[in-house]
Amino acid sequence: MRIAILGFGSVGRGIARAILAKNLDLAVTGLADSRSGIIDPAGIDIAAALARKEGGAPCGSPDVSPADVVAKADYDVLVEVTPTNVDDGEPALGHIRGALRRHKHVVTSNKGPIALAYPELRDLAAANGVFLRYEATVCGAIPLIHAMQEGLAGNTISRLYGVFNGTCNYILTRMAEDSLTYEQALAEARELGYAEADPTYDVEGIDAAIKLVILANAILDMRTTLDDVERTGITLLTPEALRLAEDQDCTIRLIGEVVPEAGVLRVSPRIVSKVHPLVVEGTLNAVTVGTDLAGDLTFIGKGAGSVETASAVIGDLLYIRDRHVQGS
Amino acid sequence: MKLEMRDQPGQLVAALQPISAVGGNIIAVIHQRETPAATEVLDVQIVLELPEGRLEKLLELLREQGVNVVRIGEQRLLYECTLITIGHLMHTDLSDTVDRIDTTGSAEVTDLSLAMPAINAPSSARITIRSTTREEMKKAIRILRSVAEQKDLLIIEPLEGV
Repeated sequence: MRIAILGFGSVGRGIARAILAKNLDLAVTGLADSRSGIIDPAGIDIAAALARKEGGAPCGSPDVSPADVVAKADYDVLVEVTPTNVDDGEPALGHIRGALRRHKHVVTSNKGPIALAYPELRDLAAANGVFLRYEATVCGAIPLIHAMQEGLAGNTISRLYGVFNGTCNYILTRMAEDSLTYEQALAEARELGYAEADPTYDVEGIDAAIKLVILANAILDMRTTLDDVERTGITLLTPEALRLAEDQDCTIRLIGEVVPEAGVLRVSPRIVSKVHPLVVEGTLNAVTVGTDLAGDLTFIGKGAGSVETASAVIGDLLYIRDRHVQGS
Repeated sequence: MKLEMRDQPGQLVAALQPISAVGGNIIAVIHQRETPAATEVLDVQIVLELPEGRLEKLLELLREQGVNVVRIGEQRLLYECTLITIGHLMHTDLSDTVDRIDTTGSAEVTDLSLAMPAINAPSSARITIRSTTREEMKKAIRILRSVAEQKDLLIIEPLEGV
């Protein structure tokens, strides 16, 4: 199966490495980063492109744009793994639309287009007879969307809640462990590369809220936007508050929660018993899905990272490969 | 509650059995033979916890056993919820914050732990609220949330309900 990759940052390179390391039967015929692109119907030399990128050079030619790759390359699946833009989802949204209109399947890790335009993109994919898959948009390596769509098919999901942001979970874990202040724990998270220079997106709960919107719209058939999420971040938390929770064998975690029937969409710090399965350490993610037939299920795993997120993308790619007729 | 029953062997067991049948928990049984009026009648006081909404069923079962319920004492505050609040708690009148819940009459703050690390720095408090019913607890939490909004305080609620 031939794929075109848009975005050659952490996730894109993770996919490239996995393709090189494993026999996945995937040929890369198009590749673009923000400054350059390559189109080669015979298959791009991925190892060479990785070496160029890691040497600080563009991955391809400055004359080839991402839009060129979408419109002109020969591929079966567009792998859209550029950074998230939550304001309008662009330029990823336009690229996804372009590929779907060309009857190409799309796999993305980009939260923007899925959170903002899921119903439209789903209909566009259906009208063109192709798949649109987005496992990597929520909780990195955890196959949450697959689990809910396939494994738990037939169940009614009554509640979905958990730790959706590894950066916040790391900060709260460290505040509880060593009585660090929020600022100290954030500085440590930055040093370790777990937090961005501008951490707003994570610590104000925006990232977790976007994931809730994706799950609500794509899995729970709700019609919500980011503005519908009641959202409180972790920036005001104090070490004393964590100690007060600790005194009662509890701790504090940033919890995202969707209760479809009650219309609850909420991201907020919550007091959680330390023995609760959602209390995970460090940058892990954990999500509990409450269902009518299967009962409660809790998924725990890495919510971010190059290879971990690539795992979710590759899962989607192989899902499509096993279900489509090649060379269509 | 105070019960009246015939002073015969097996009657006390007959009176207690319905309590476990409705899922209640007996905390104390006080059994005194000092009622001078009738020797054939026994007065028993029972302190118990009952799941919400089961009182009517218990009274019905007791009547079937021939037990007369003389008096039902005050309902204690059985629902408990602990929250943490962060902000300028003293400057925004912590006792008023507590009063707003206590004045509901059906929920009250029963425990408060306060940590004030430094002057002008936000303080943190753990507040335990008790109420008679789950509904009253939800109402108390709603009040606390609206007070927090007015006073610019952060409220951290428990993940699992009351």
